[in-house]
Amino acid sequence: MTRPVVPIANLDTKLFWEGCGEGKLLLQRCARCAAYRHPPAPICPSCLSDDHAWVEASGAGTVYTFVVVREARARGWDKMVPYVLAVVELAEGPHILTNIVDVAPEQVAIGMPVALDFAELDGTTRLPLFRPARSAS
Amino acid sequence: MTNISGRYAIVGIGESDLGRHLGRSGMALQLEAVTRALADSGLDKSAIDGLVTRPSHGSPQFNYSAVLAGRLGIAPSYFTDVALSGAASAAMIVEAVAALEAGLCTTVLCVGGDAQTSRSGPRRGGLTNWIEDFEHPYGMMGAPESYGLAARRHMHEYGTTSAQFGAVAVACRKHAGLNPAATFRTPMTLADHQASRFVAEPFRLLDCCPVTDGAAALIITSAERARDLAQAPVYVRGLGQGFTHAELPYASSMTTVASKSASQRAYAMAKLGPQDIDLAELYDCFTYVVLVTLEDYGFCAKGEGGAFVEGGRIELGGALPVNTGGGLLSQGHAGGALLVSEAAIQLRGAGGARQVANAATAIVSGQCAVTGINVCLIFGKEPN
Repeated sequence: MTRPVVPIANLDTKLFWEGCGEGKLLLQRCARCAAYRHPPAPICPSCLSDDHAWVEASGAGTVYTFVVVREARARGWDKMVPYVLAVVELAEGPHILTNIVDVAPEQVAIGMPVALDFAELDGTTRLPLFRPARSAS
Repeated sequence: MTNISGRYAIVGIGESDLGRHLGRSGMALQLEAVTRALADSGLDKSAIDGLVTRPSHGSPQFNYSAVLAGRLGIAPSYFTDVALSGAASAAMIVEAVAALEAGLCTTVLCVGGDAQTSRSGPRRGGLTNWIEDFEHPYGMMGAPESYGLAARRHMHEYGTTSAQFGAVAVACRKHAGLNPAATFRTPMTLADHQASRFVAEPFRLLDCCPVTDGAAALIITSAERARDLAQAPVYVRGLGQGFTHAELPYASSMTTVASKSASQRAYAMAKLGPQDIDLAELYDCFTYVVLVTLEDYGFCAKGEGGAFVEGGRIELGGALPVNTGGGLLSQGHAGGALLVSEAAIQLRGAGGARQVANAATAIVSGQCAVTGINVCLIFGKEPN
């Protein structure tokens, strides 16, 4: 399915989107106070240090909140409805805005465990998404 | 006018690296200047309670000063963008001194600057725009989706229901029916609300305010001059600005929000509390926002907003009439300007069929950034 909007990397988010292209969800981790942060930003909102590392997230998380979008608000999204727009709390702590896919919207619930996946967009860009986590066996 | 000469001084200075094609965003450069100014002053960032910014020309970002506050991890009591082109950097100082003189804050950080030669792809400027990167690709294209995320969280944490959202829509429509100028006056029942289709579930169509045409204007002067003019004055008794987040997905709480600190500041200035307020005009782009604002403004406990709006309590004749002109939901959008004018109309006693009996005090809210930014006003029929 062709998605209507492709993210455009900028000077503060370029490495994040390059990571996605390699199938990695990268988080910034402050080198001074060890806090994870998302979305990417020039300095740590806890201690203001600009020294940081990019760390690959585990890809595990839970649904923090969500809406089921049933009416498109912009051109191109009419082909996507209904879709689940969600905030996922990553295992590392930060929240990320995303879509929950591969599940009927009626099955999505706050607290549901989810796992990272990627949507291919245009050959060079991949968009991080989440789907229900497979139960441990 | 008070002579403020010599009453304020610059106590910290910071400049970013300078040059051409530095390959860093305008915001990164502004933040570098800020951390250097903090270090120069010896102040901790927690001392900063005022923030005045000049956003980049190349790449405008909604609510820039609030986004910057989020990047700095501070929650100022006064913050604003100054968009005056080449005059902005000087105007920021004027703005800061005015805010200090007014007692809205004690320590103001002013920051401007841009990355005019370090562009990032198709974007026009060097200032990053997180909305285009992290919201639009997922289909967060409009307000119902983003406010819906907060509303869902409130339902989860406190058991709030769609029917309770509906009580807000019904109250606003009832009041609009008594206001001949209101845009939407066809009677609405709770059943009508519950039968309306989901737009961005949990929001139904009738949870969402329509866009409309309309405007409101107010003229304000000194209390002294006001006494000699034609109309009974309506006094500004208190005001407060609050901030918790510019980007809802990353908010530390989605359900205790900027309306809390904004109202606490306004109440303190007015020396009034929620028990002293006769009516409320609360920003209602979505029904849910009224409910959470009532909680944070102290009219009920956190989590009890849903129960509070039921049973006609917020309708005319109830304990706290809310949005007596119909609100954004039914009177008209106008960016919330009609909420301010309606409060003043009520305190003049000019509300006609929708007049709240013996109204002497009114509270008004403006808000944006999905409840992360709030401005609270308290008006009085008497000056104190």
